[in-house]
Amino acid sequence: MEIRECLPQDCEFYQTIDKDGNLVGEDPGLDEALLKDMFWWMLYGRLADDKAIKLQRQGRLGTYAPSTGQEAAQVGSALAMDRDDWLFPAFRELSSYMIRDLPFENILLYFMGDPRGNIPPAGIKSFPIFVPVSTQVPIAAGFAWAKKLQKEGCAVLCYLGDGGTSEGDFHEGMNFAGVFGAPVVFLVQNNQWAISVSRKRQTASRTIAQKGEAYGFPGIYVDGNDVMAVYIATKRALDAAKKGEGPSLIEAFTYRRLMHTTADDPKRYRTDEEQKDWEDKDPLKRFRLYLKNKGVWTQAWEDDLTLKAQDLIKTSVEKAESIGNLRPEEMFEHIYSEMTPDLKDQLGYLKKALEGKEIEEDAVELKGGFP
Amino acid sequence: MKEMNMAEALNSALLNEMDLDERVLVLGEDVGVNGGVFRITEGLQKRFGPDRVVDTPLAESGIMGFSIGMALAGFRPVAEVQFMGFLWPALDQLSNHASRLRNRTMGRHTVPMVIRTPYGGGIRALEHHAESFESILAHIPGLKVVVPSTPYDAKGLLISSIRDPDPVVFLESTRLYRAYREPVPEDAYTVELGKAKVLREGTDLTLVGWGAMIPKLLKAAELVSKKGTSTEVIDIRSISPYDETTVNASVKRTGRLVVVQEAPRMTGFASEVITRVSEDLLDSMEAPPKRVTGFDIPFPFYKMEHWALPDVDRIVKGMREVLTW
Repeated sequence: MEIRECLPQDCEFYQTIDKDGNLVGEDPGLDEALLKDMFWWMLYGRLADDKAIKLQRQGRLGTYAPSTGQEAAQVGSALAMDRDDWLFPAFRELSSYMIRDLPFENILLYFMGDPRGNIPPAGIKSFPIFVPVSTQVPIAAGFAWAKKLQKEGCAVLCYLGDGGTSEGDFHEGMNFAGVFGAPVVFLVQNNQWAISVSRKRQTASRTIAQKGEAYGFPGIYVDGNDVMAVYIATKRALDAAKKGEGPSLIEAFTYRRLMHTTADDPKRYRTDEEQKDWEDKDPLKRFRLYLKNKGVWTQAWEDDLTLKAQDLIKTSVEKAESIGNLRPEEMFEHIYSEMTPDLKDQLGYLKKALEGKEIEEDAVELKGGFP
Repeated sequence: MKEMNMAEALNSALLNEMDLDERVLVLGEDVGVNGGVFRITEGLQKRFGPDRVVDTPLAESGIMGFSIGMALAGFRPVAEVQFMGFLWPALDQLSNHASRLRNRTMGRHTVPMVIRTPYGGGIRALEHHAESFESILAHIPGLKVVVPSTPYDAKGLLISSIRDPDPVVFLESTRLYRAYREPVPEDAYTVELGKAKVLREGTDLTLVGWGAMIPKLLKAAELVSKKGTSTEVIDIRSISPYDETTVNASVKRTGRLVVVQEAPRMTGFASEVITRVSEDLLDSMEAPPKRVTGFDIPFPFYKMEHWALPDVDRIVKGMREVLTW
């Protein structure tokens, strides 16, 4: 089934290629270097995602939220950002983080339960993962308005998901952005599933894009598995924001091909047929066919990219796994700019307890004396 | 009787109450088709249908307000908030409405509902998935706050909470969900709210805790007993209303008190337990009371959670300080 056939009737929907990579209108004429870049990031994102899932299955990574199937929505939008634009992620934007210079090892560390993964490398214009759903939306609006007041001329790209549009913070953030004309683009990765709850149970609206209208700014409905369409739509929206035309909402219609997180089992709530059908609409596959028709893609080129990605991934895994132990101090040092007297006491107490540890949790005997 | 873990016991409680009382319904994120992310509502939608086991949009304040509305109309909603860290947006509805509609209307309108939420650390969860802010909830007048530590209590307390005429926040330890099984009746039964339970009798020291800390308390008591110290272990079970009588009677006999909580130290519920004892029993005390608690930090990333959580070693050290004072 074509993606268009999955949509509500008569919606304006932006798409450049169909599921087999054939142009649906005129060729958007994007630069060949950009097209190659798009393919590289999608491939790298896919392979990195595969690796993260494998590491989780081997007990080397904690609960992980996979991105497979959403690479076009992430790569198209993140590549549309200028150097000075800022990113507010949700928690399923692997390719976007990497495009914005957050190394894969940081993402691995984060999901390994290590706060050092959350330290953005200096100069990076991306905020850390936001776990509580849609809480980033009003923050991104405030940040964008601040950047406008500071006349920096940049814009903010804020990600969220289809489930996130149900939260109160979504409404409040969108409304503030509209009222203040903040230079922010809200990109909803509508992957159609919020864990087990389908998009149609999240909202009775025909589309998520139409919600933009209610807040007084454009809502753009775009094929989220079409990397060029997402790129062009996001670029236009970011440019408009920077020109002072205010915010936009983009609904990137895509599909979460795997589980919500590695703790989830999608077989409990959706059919194999549906998943199979979306395999057929996979963004990488489509774009590969387009590039092949164009004479840009060859198997040898992809093989080279695969080797390069695997190399980078291997290095990142090594870096993440060899980072060295955390110290108890690191739990206390960043609560306030200066440790309070209470925190100093508590750290001292913990260190003393750890140094003089007598009992392991599964001990059957108490070593030493006891009154 | 059937061997059940806490997750199964909670499921059994919901099943019994939905069978017995058609006003009882379950709603929340992923509770229906998926059976809840911890599978507490497993199989319920199949049995009772989507109008009684309701998958809601992803909106905690919405779930709370919607449930309050249904309770006002005569239903007995059991709302699930997927993790305690996501309860925050719902606190507006909880503290401004669920907890005080009875009071504002001098008893004309009431909100008989339960809010179930998994809490606590120790399962290598992501950020915001390991919170313990029971003391903040207990600070809201009109709310009841319940924390079971065993499968048997979990079922009996949940049934009591559902039958209670007032809103109850029911905290479920993620670490205890599947920790062990014990015999649990398959039929409905109640465990009274507002009653602590003496889990182990002793004469030298009273050791108080709740929820996920209880297995650690029992272990600490067992270890020190081998060296001749007799510890009385009390499971609070109900943070609010609080059973001062049971705790204070125990401390009156032992003269020594250690309270253990997973939550941060500052204004935690341990402080309340110690205050009640201090106000009442200062002249019976053999030693100053002591807290063993989490730290005044956001619950850390899981590589560090073993440092953040009170362990048997820290509990025993705390007990020793009180005993050698």
